[in-house]
This record gives sequence, C-alpha cells and structure tokens, in this order.
Amino acid sequence: MTTPEPHAGNVWPIWEVFVRSSRGLSHVHAGSLHAPDAAMALRNARDLYTRRNEGVSIWVVPADAIASSDPDAKGAFFESPQGKDYRHATYYTKSEGVKHL
Amino acid sequence: MASQTLQSVPAEPSPARHEMSPEDAARRDAEGQAYFDKVMAEDSRIEPRDWMPPAYRKTLLRQISQHAHSEIIGMQPEANWISRAPSLKRKAILMAKVQDEAGHGLYLYSAAETLGQPRDAMMQDLMSGKAKYSSIFNYPARTWADMGAIGWMVDGAAIANQVPLCRASFGPYGRAMVRVCKEESFHQRQGFEILLELSHGTPEQKQMAQDAVNRWYAPALMMFGPPDDDSPNSKQSMAWNIKRFSNDELRNRFVGMMMEQVKVLGLTLPDKDIRFNEETKKWEHGPLDWEEFHEVIAGRGQCNAQRLERRREAHQNGAWVREAAAAYAKKQARKQAEKETAA
Amino acid sequence: MSTPETTTDTAAPAEEAAGHGDLTVGVQGASGTGEATASATRITPGNALRPEDIALAVSRGTAKPSEDAAELALRLGDDALILAQRLGHWISRAPELEEDIALGNIALDQLGHARSFLSYAGGLDGRSEDDLAYFRREHEFRSVSLFEQPNGDFAVTIARQFVVSYYQFELYRRLADSTDATLAGIAAKAVKEVDYHRDHSAQWVLRLAHGTDESRARMIHGFQVIWPYVEELFRDDELTGRLSAAGVAVQPSSLRADFDRLTGEVLAEAELEVPQVQPAPGGGRRGLHSEHLGYVLAEMQVLAREFPGASW
Repeated sequence: MTTPEPHAGNVWPIWEVFVRSSRGLSHVHAGSLHAPDAAMALRNARDLYTRRNEGVSIWVVPADAIASSDPDAKGAFFESPQGKDYRHATYYTKSEGVKHL
Repeated sequence: MASQTLQSVPAEPSPARHEMSPEDAARRDAEGQAYFDKVMAEDSRIEPRDWMPPAYRKTLLRQISQHAHSEIIGMQPEANWISRAPSLKRKAILMAKVQDEAGHGLYLYSAAETLGQPRDAMMQDLMSGKAKYSSIFNYPARTWADMGAIGWMVDGAAIANQVPLCRASFGPYGRAMVRVCKEESFHQRQGFEILLELSHGTPEQKQMAQDAVNRWYAPALMMFGPPDDDSPNSKQSMAWNIKRFSNDELRNRFVGMMMEQVKVLGLTLPDKDIRFNEETKKWEHGPLDWEEFHEVIAGRGQCNAQRLERRREAHQNGAWVREAAAAYAKKQARKQAEKETAA
Repeated sequence: MSTPETTTDTAAPAEEAAGHGDLTVGVQGASGTGEATASATRITPGNALRPEDIALAVSRGTAKPSEDAAELALRLGDDALILAQRLGHWISRAPELEEDIALGNIALDQLGHARSFLSYAGGLDGRSEDDLAYFRREHEFRSVSLFEQPNGDFAVTIARQFVVSYYQFELYRRLADSTDATLAGIAAKAVKEVDYHRDHSAQWVLRLAHGTDESRARMIHGFQVIWPYVEELFRDDELTGRLSAAGVAVQPSSLRADFDRLTGEVLAEAELEVPQVQPAPGGGRRGLHSEHLGYVLAEMQVLAREFPGASW
C-alpha cells in the first residue's frame, strides 16, 4: 500500500473504509476518516467503524486512489444494458413451470 | 486532490466551468437542473459528484457542518462528568457515549467533506466562532442529573430531528444519519434510566432529577429551531427533501412523547400549558423564550466562551502531534520510494 | 436491558420519530425505500466475559477468591481503574478526533478490566466494585505509581501507555494460566485487548520519535518522566511469593526479561535509548502512594460520597 503524500502542513489525508461484516461477505464501504498513513488509517478504522462488532476485516484506501465514473455521463455510460432483457432468466417465459430449470 | 473521489466532489465537475464556453456552461446548468429536479420529484438521492444548485450545496454544507460541530462541542458538557460518574457502570456508559459523539462528528464531517470543504477548514470556522453549533451545548451541566436530562431530552430531541434526516436527499448525509441514529439508540435510553434511578432514589436525588428536567426542558424544545413563521429557510429545505417535517411539527410531536415518558419517570415537565389539541390532533406547549435563544446563538450564553476555548486548546495542543505523524508518513513514503528505485 | 417495561412503554407509540429502540426499522418504515436507508454494516453486542458476569458469579458464590487472590485482584483492579480515570480525561481533548476515539477505547478496556478485578476482589467480604472504587481511602488503594502519573502532554501519555501495555500483556498472558479460574478468565479477555494497546502505543512511539524535532524531543522527555516508575512494576513481595507458589500468578520479576526485550525492539526502531534514570521506591502495593492519587480519588469519589448508600 502506498501512502498518499500528506497535505500541506499537518492535515492528514482522507481514507475510505471498507468493512467485511462476516466471513463469506464482501467488504462494504462504511465511511471515511483522516489518518497520516495506512497503518494508522487501519487502526483508526478499527476504532471508529468496528467498535460495535461490525466487522471481521477492514480495507482502507486513500481517497485519492479511487477512480469513479463521470456523473455527467450517467445516460451514455449506463445505457447499453437497458432493454437487454435476454440477459435475465425472467425473459424466458416458455420454460416457466418446468422443474429444476 | 482528495476531492476527486468516491466520497468527495470537485467544486466543479470536469471539465471545469472556466474551460467551457458560456453557452456550454449554460447548457450544462440547464441539464443539471433538469436532472436535479427529476431526482427531487422522484424523492431519489443526490450524490456528491452530481450537479446541484449552488444554494443547495451551500445549505447542505452549512447544515451538515453545524451538525458535526454540535456533536464535537456537545462532547464537552458530558465529558466533564466522566471523572465524577457516581458508579463504574455509569462511568463506562458515559465514556462510550461521549466517544460515540466524537464518532458522529467524524461521520458528519466526512459527509460535509464530500461537498468539497476540508475538515480542517470547517474546524477553523468552528474555532474562530464563524460557524454555529447547537446552542443547547452552551448551557452548563451542573449536576449528575444533567447527564440524565441531556440523554433523555437533548438526545431525544436530536433523534426526533435526525430520524427524518436519514432520508435526506443528499446521499452522504442520509447515510451518516443512519449510522448515527443506530448508535444513538442507546444514548436516550441511558439518559432516561439515569433519571429513573434518581427519581426512585433519595428525596435529594429526586429533587436533582426534577431540577435538571426543569432546566433542560425549554432549551431542548428550542433545539428544533425557531417557530415555522420565523424560519425562512425551512420551506426551501423541505422542497429540497433535506427537511421532511417543519420545526413546529417535530417539536409538537416531541412534546407529546415527553409527556408520556415523564409519567414513567415520576417527574413533571415545567410547562403548565402542555395539552393535546383535539381539533388539530396535535400537542401544544407553552411559550418559549426565543429572546434567550437568540442571545445564546449570538454568543451570550453561559458557556459559549468556555466551549470554544476548550476546543481551541485541544486543537492547538494537538498540532505538534498531527505534524509529527504527517512528517513521519512523508519520510516513510520517501524511504519506500528509494527502496523501489534501488530494486 | 434492566428496565424493559419502561423502555418498551416509551417506545411503543407509533410515531416514527419516537423509535429510539430499533431505529433502522422505524426509518425503513417511514421511507418505504428500505435499501436506501439501511446501514452498510451491522452492529452486535458481541459475546465475552463482562464485569457483570464476574459480579454475578461472586454473588452466587460460584466465584470466591482466596484472601491472597483478592489482594492481587485489588492491585490489578486499582492499576486499571486509575489509568482509566486518567485516560478518560483525553476524550474531547485528543490531538485529533480519531484519537479521541482510540484513547476512549483503551480507557474503556481498562475500566472493564478494573470492574472485573474489583468485583472479584470484593467477593472476599461482600463489597461491590463501587464500594471498593468509591468508599476506600487513599491508603487502602493498591495501585503503583506508574498508573497514577498525570497525563502530561500526548507524549507522556503515550510513554505511560507503552510501558503499561507491554507490562500488562506479559502479566495477563501468564495470568490466563492461573490456577484461579476467575483470574484466568479475566486475564484471557484482557490480554487480547491489551495486545492492541501495545500496538497503538508502539505506533505512536515510532511516529513521535521519527516525526519532527519537536515530537522527538517530547517523546524523549515523556520516557524520562515515566521511566522512574518502571522498576516498581516488577518488584516481588511476600504476597507475590505465596501466589507464585500456589500457581495463581507468577512473580512480577519474572516478567522483566520479556518486557525489556519487546520494549527494547520498539525503542531500537525508534532510535531511542532506555532512559538512564534512578528508580523511584514506590510503595503503592502497601498503600504508600504518589502525591497525585489523592487528587484523582477526590475527583472520582466526590459525588458518590455526597450520597452514601444511594443507587445510580
């Protein structure tokens, strides 16, 4: 894990926290916090986001390191799957009622 | 920049406004507004990187940061009693509660940061007196019973305010409130139980409980904000699906709850005018001293100066620690980089 | 939990804003979009040995300490209690909000250990944890000087915590094998928590030592201030001799080698010397305390003593 360059002066960078609530489940975004580096971010996340037994595993990610889709492109970026019902089992109605299918 | 992220948002979507022609900027705004209006009409959620009207952003930033400041300043009146809690069980409960408040402040600052304002800047605004926080925390916590009254009434009023905020139209705010509400469910109960123990205790203990209820009742009711006809921003906040109920609506509902609960405590509320209006089906309460409310907001409350000074002191005393940790991280990162280039 | 009838009564009205019981239910009911208002993570109370369990076992007579075991429990309980009292002061005053929460967690762990040990110690003569915490006089306390030291600046607090948690870890690790089942149970829970305290303080020792010139100077000063009280932690006496012979607890002196080795590793990484200071004689185990304890007790006990016999 690389640590992002701390901001000017003494301000600690933001980290996003992901918590796995129990074995077998994926990590889910729980929130964010400030920490000087990855080691402290993990510990702060433990203290802040799991003090009521919320998790068995934690990921922390520098907020800078996350790339996200462009909010302005919501139409174009997510249009393609619209209308492609044949990707879903419910599209195939003739086989309805057939056992184990 | 941390503001280019999942949680955070650039002040301007890309490409930046100043790189666009005026026509393009106008078209972007019109499209953004249309999408925003649609989200509002569908009672859906706005996320940090969505287009939003500047006034919406400003309102949210003010409200969420004030909310965060209230949690942080609100730690103080209770933290003052941790060392004197009269039983070890109560000491543990109070520590956990004040600690929760730090956590809630953190969740809320994080939500506000997604609007592009760094936490440090918000903290500076708090310490300089530029930013406001809930004026209830400028009243002193004089006795142990105040720990009960604060939990029962102040947290009770806060919860009544916060539960509808879980559905606030701004996603990060709603999500922070869900977490806060879940964790706060113990805060009000522990306060109620402190008062219950006191009211079933010695006559002096019961008197202490009644006195605390008397002092915190009116300030708690005023936590819902000014009366509806004197609350100019409320209407807009409701149109934006930030607020779901008006100040008076929430206040009246809260009074009704208090009336029921105070009977279980065997105490009374210091308000002879509380009644259930059969016509409107609403609870009503006696007049509140709004002049006092405005005085405290203006900085002339019992503890305004003390609370801010304590926050400034903690922040200043911690400066060398924050610097040290940041410097250490920088050195480690440099070492790591050197190792990688050498390899 | 203790007053179900009243809390259910008050939560009963159907107003969604009233639902302070299970708020997530109220929230979902109100919005109709359950997904949108569900929290990303789930909270549970967990399952571990609590101070209340010890008190219950004592009151039922299923846990009864020997006179010597009770005295040991008193020593360890008082250490943890005074430290919790000290650490509690940081909540709302820490260098950063995240650290308010971290120090709060450590304080709560210590307070939990204190309550368990004191509940058990009280089993000897029927006194409760609160009787012992609030109604003993200074000379009846058994804490050692280290735990009574003032918070100082953050570096002093970290130096104290560093020494405490490396000492407590070695102590509880061995106490978990005690022939006294209750002490073993308390220690088995505590050692896991203290393991994290070691990590927390070691992380800070490194950061302060290698941070800025100022932080390094403060860290060095912190250890200077704290180190005179290290010696007392490892002093054997008649009680520890008898406990050791009975397999209840090892001699404190036997913890020293591991303590020195493990703290030495961190100090070496921090490029810090073990301070060359003269050890203080101490005497807390015999009721001879630092000048600080009186103030700590005055503040801690004032309210309880105003209302002797009252219930809270």
